[in-house]
Amino acid sequence: MELREQPQRILLPAKVSFIALTLALALLFNLLPWRNIAGVPDLTAAVLAFWCIHQPRRVGIGIAWTLGLLLDVGNGALLGQHALSYAVLAFLALAVHRRIHWFPLWQQALHLLLLLLLTQLLTLVIRIAAGAGFPGWIYFAGSFICAALWPVLSFLLLLPQRQAEMMDENRPI
Amino acid sequence: MEHQPPPFFNRGPAPLVRVTFFVSLAILLMVLDARFRYAENVRQVVALAAYPIQRVAMAPVDLFHSVANYFASTAALQEENTALRTKQLRAAPELLRLESLQEENRQLRRLLDAQERLPSKSVFAEILYAGRDPFSRKVVIDKGSTNGILAGQPVIDDVGVIGQVTRVYLLMSEVTLLSDKDQAIPLQVQRNGLRAVAYGGVEGGMLDLRFMAANADIRNGDTLVTSGIDGTYPPGLPVATVARIERDAAYAFAKISLTPTAGTDRYREVLVLSSEAKAPPPAEAEKPAQKPSRSKRPRKRE
Repeated sequence: MELREQPQRILLPAKVSFIALTLALALLFNLLPWRNIAGVPDLTAAVLAFWCIHQPRRVGIGIAWTLGLLLDVGNGALLGQHALSYAVLAFLALAVHRRIHWFPLWQQALHLLLLLLLTQLLTLVIRIAAGAGFPGWIYFAGSFICAALWPVLSFLLLLPQRQAEMMDENRPI
Repeated sequence: MEHQPPPFFNRGPAPLVRVTFFVSLAILLMVLDARFRYAENVRQVVALAAYPIQRVAMAPVDLFHSVANYFASTAALQEENTALRTKQLRAAPELLRLESLQEENRQLRRLLDAQERLPSKSVFAEILYAGRDPFSRKVVIDKGSTNGILAGQPVIDDVGVIGQVTRVYLLMSEVTLLSDKDQAIPLQVQRNGLRAVAYGGVEGGMLDLRFMAANADIRNGDTLVTSGIDGTYPPGLPVATVARIERDAAYAFAKISLTPTAGTDRYREVLVLSSEAKAPPPAEAEKPAQKPSRSKRPRKRE
């Protein structure tokens, strides 16, 4: 899948436990006591999009929806608001997962930026329809931070798959 | 004989079908939650599942606090101790007088055959975290229905009112701050007893005093306390001070901004007061008020 790897490498299969761990950690990050700071990056959305792009058979719309529901309750938000936007995010990520690997990392980040902005816009529309006020443009800053973090995130989340069991200089794995 | 594709190719329903299913499910939940409040049971169950994660998320903050406490120097503690001692000494005669006054008050009330006010009980709670929802202003406290918290109870800190319990879980509750856009509180100007209602302000962290006539007797720096006519907040609790008044002859009402007295960003300890027992059930009390504005979303504030 990873066609732009510099020496062309074949990645090890991803471990389900690692995927679950990273998603749980991202959820923890989102549930940290942010004191109403606007523009905190939505790391759960970014990690979710990452796994939807890299492991589309393992992580999909159902998991995205469940994570969103947990986040709704944890944040005391409207029930189903994150669930809906994450389901749409997962769908969009699955839709682009075949072609996004052909781009270098910074262009992948632009793809991600678009996806995350759409997700946030969806949440905003839902909340305004439900009677909330506009929280200010700083609300969208989180998406830009997440997109800027995409290369770091890609490197970290693919790290265990790059660890060959037996190191060999002449083998692409 | 039916031909089955090998399991590798079997990917279940198409993504579009799946996303349609989950989006409809989410919309259903949202409608149930926002319009009818039927989704509370779902929320309770999910909250129980999310509770361990939330506690773990709190751990780094708790650690930070304990480390910060550890390094608080003894000098600072001694200073605080002296200050508290002085304060207590200064308050002692007041307290003695209060006791005698309370006794006298009780006697007079009995004399007048007035219904004796129950001493309101309170539950001590700690703020766990501020909600990350940028659309509303809420904090989550560490006491829930197992500690006898009920939705609708007012929450105060040592200087004034911070808000009202709006949702109760088993082990936690959500407190909507006064500065939330949908939160309203009936007030009284301490100086002259003028009554008003404050709403969460457009600016973050401020309150707006709406529908005050442009010539109303209200000045910068006036203190506003709860009026108690709602039966939810006990009367006389400090709420806010007037920060800015704009009187424009073009409008019938003055634009008044208030700064809340209490702040949730300073301390983590709060008190949840139980509403007085004789207060009428707010659900019935709210009904006639809602009739003229049918088009507006009915809100449940128990």
